Amino acid sequence: MRRPAALAGAVLALTATLSGCGFLGIGGEEPGDIQVYSARHYDLEEAFLDFEKDTGLTVDFIYGDDAELLERLKAEGEDSPADLFVTVDAGSLWNAAEQDLFAPVDSPVLTDAIPAAYRDSEGRWVGLALRARTVAYNPDNVDPTEFDPKETYAGLTDPKWQGRLCMRDSTEAYTQSLVAGLIDLYGRERTLEIVQGWIDNDVQIMSNDILLLEALDSGACDVAIVNHYYYARELDEKPDLNVELFWASQDGAGTHVNVSGGGVVASSDASAQAQRLLEWLATDGQEEFVGDNHEYPVNPAVEPDALVAAFGDFKPMPINAEAYGALNAEAVDLLAEAGYE
Amino acid sequence: MFVVLVAVLVSAPVVAVVLNGFVASGELSVPRGLPTMVLTTLGLMLGVGVGTLVVGGGLAWLVTAHRFPLRDVLVWLLVLPLAMPAYILGFVFLSTFDVAGPVQQGLRAVLGDGFRVPEVRSLPGAIVVMSLSLYPYVYLMARAALLEQSPATYDAARSLGAGRARTFWRVILPLARPSLAAGLALVMMETLTDFATVQYFGVQTVSVGVYLVWKGSFDFNSATQLSVLVLMFAVAVLAGERLLRGRARYHQHGGRGRGLQPRSLTGWRGAAATTTCLLALAAGFFVPVVRLLGWAVGEALRDPGSFVDPRFVDYLANSLAVAGIVAVGCVLLALVMSHAVRLGGGRSVRAAAQLTTFGYAVPGAVVGIGVLLAFAWADRVLEAVGVPGGTGLLVTGSVLGILYAYLVRFLAPAYQAVDASFGKVQPSMTMSAMSLGASPMRILRQVHLPLARPGVAVALVLVTIDAIKELPIVLLLRPFGFTTVSVWVFQLAGENFWEKAALPALVIVGAATVPVFLLFRQVRAADRPSRAAPLIAEMAETTGRSGR
Repeated sequence: MRRPAALAGAVLALTATLSGCGFLGIGGEEPGDIQVYSARHYDLEEAFLDFEKDTGLTVDFIYGDDAELLERLKAEGEDSPADLFVTVDAGSLWNAAEQDLFAPVDSPVLTDAIPAAYRDSEGRWVGLALRARTVAYNPDNVDPTEFDPKETYAGLTDPKWQGRLCMRDSTEAYTQSLVAGLIDLYGRERTLEIVQGWIDNDVQIMSNDILLLEALDSGACDVAIVNHYYYARELDEKPDLNVELFWASQDGAGTHVNVSGGGVVASSDASAQAQRLLEWLATDGQEEFVGDNHEYPVNPAVEPDALVAAFGDFKPMPINAEAYGALNAEAVDLLAEAGYE
Repeated sequence: MFVVLVAVLVSAPVVAVVLNGFVASGELSVPRGLPTMVLTTLGLMLGVGVGTLVVGGGLAWLVTAHRFPLRDVLVWLLVLPLAMPAYILGFVFLSTFDVAGPVQQGLRAVLGDGFRVPEVRSLPGAIVVMSLSLYPYVYLMARAALLEQSPATYDAARSLGAGRARTFWRVILPLARPSLAAGLALVMMETLTDFATVQYFGVQTVSVGVYLVWKGSFDFNSATQLSVLVLMFAVAVLAGERLLRGRARYHQHGGRGRGLQPRSLTGWRGAAATTTCLLALAAGFFVPVVRLLGWAVGEALRDPGSFVDPRFVDYLANSLAVAGIVAVGCVLLALVMSHAVRLGGGRSVRAAAQLTTFGYAVPGAVVGIGVLLAFAWADRVLEAVGVPGGTGLLVTGSVLGILYAYLVRFLAPAYQAVDASFGKVQPSMTMSAMSLGASPMRILRQVHLPLARPGVAVALVLVTIDAIKELPIVLLLRPFGFTTVSVWVFQLAGENFWEKAALPALVIVGAATVPVFLLFRQVRAADRPSRAAPLIAEMAETTGRSGR
């Protein structure tokens, strides 16, 4: 017993030294000017370093899960160090605003840079990056004219897709958000029929968008619903990927999109600086914030990266954050009712 | 008194979460299909329970009672599936074995396109994978139990004419029962709180229900109320464990034994034993490690510049420091509690000790929120009585919150391992020591600790590995600038950068080999002639004669 104990002690002493005694949060580095809770991680660090170069303001951030960071914010209350809260879902943004966690911001920079469709009418949050959830297919097995150009998602209930569909699981926020969007569009009853139609077509459920794309590439599935940026990323790594993208419902309501964004935390003691960061992310930092992840900028003055630009323009289904937020629970319930895994 | 205090401290976050759920108004939203979720949970627990018992118990018997080629390496390799974080395993496994994975592709290439294997992403798939990654709990406990068995009982059985097999079923197995039950209880609780693996395999357990309500319906209060249901499962598991241990008390005569004398397996038997161990390691360890290695190498070739993150040393140091502190803390508490229970624990002490293990049956994220809530209340109370600023940002401003939450969650494995070892110590030994006038402290140091040493070692390993790979708590409670290896993996894996996540994931596995290696070095040292203190030798004499 004695020797392992001594060894453990030595390891502890070593690690304490290595971590420079900042370990217990005592005497650690000076906190940054702006502290960010973010459910998004993609290269945020580099963006924040550039922000520091531009403005001289330093940024610290913690990455975590939307719902969990929200509970942390609530529990910390007035003591919370957070100045900016960044989430990856319009429903979450709406939910955080509902719980009064955001302070309204009156910023001409933000209203100029971001179309009204992608920000809160009361100025509590703004969207920063857009992602589309659309149809991808294996061109060996599918002719794109097979898709219903008006109601592409609903069209996948057609018996001709029997045994050819692959989709994400019901615990995934992407699935829930898509179904919430469909409920907003068609109402609950019709959406339930659509989901049941997918199941009747023996949709194969997978637990990850990358798995979906690999299944398409290998021919194990003909059609899948994926986020456009996963496709871009796979394409970036494997240029010979045998998968094509189809913009859903272009003759109808448009392709389902969701937004990542953020707002200034109500209890922040550096709200002016946080607002400045938000403005920077929507303008000068926009390209960096969205580009590395192959997302679409919300700011129409900024171009998407070359790979994504090659996918061409598409018509997005309008985002209704309140609907996404309020209907998400109904989407979860509907998926369970339909027996969608 | 001490035990009750620990119990209160440890259960505070769980109580805070549950109270918060019930106090907050608003109606309870119950996820549709809850009865099915309950059934699925039962099925999964049953399957994984049987699976881990067979694999873990069987392997422990194989490596402890036999000698065969590679045994000395396999004996500790067999612990390592425990080091594979669940949030890695699901993807790695499905990307390897699902329809588009290399295995099925290969099979189709050989056997033709029409070839179909049973669906991998399913309840049976989850049972197989979870059994092969969780069996080390049972394996470690069973092995400690087998090593602790005094040869006297075994020799007596053999000398009375019982064959090896009969002795195994009638003597060895019943004696190992408390440890098997303790390991099984840990497996069950781990299964109960798992979210990552079941989500990947599309298995809708009650924990998935909790997450759906919390994150899908934005209804945290209902989610916490539902987690009471998860707790009820845990109560059933622990009650079951007590039942399994039975009324019978299996105390050992003659102190710590040399254990069983291993039998050599040669020829095809030896080869079969080695193959069995390697097969058990295949899915839970080799497949993920090989897959991760492949990705790591690919990434290194593709982008050598960004391959190694310079902050890596910091992350690793953070992981090891937290894990070390928590492991030592949990084991010390577990020792003192088992000791207190033994020295005259009444019903309340026993109940309190049992209460401390429930933290393990609550999903990590819920424990994390519980810690936040408990401190938020303490903060308000302090401010109300006039302390300016209250507790301030005590929890999330330092690693104290993480350490506390880990204690809440990982006291269970420590206590289960230590207590199972205590169960085999004769009460008459404790009594002799007491009647000889030894102080409680001295009894702990000179009697209980040496006798429970295998359990203590196992506890240290379990908690260290669990703490190194733990994710939800550290993700939720960490202060700014504090990153561990598991957070690093998750930042990449959570956004599907699997190639980039491969190296840090392998680092977690590597870090976990350290405590495992120490454990087995310690066990080997213990195999040598006992260096027991004179007091034990003396008492072993006394109790050996006056036994039950």
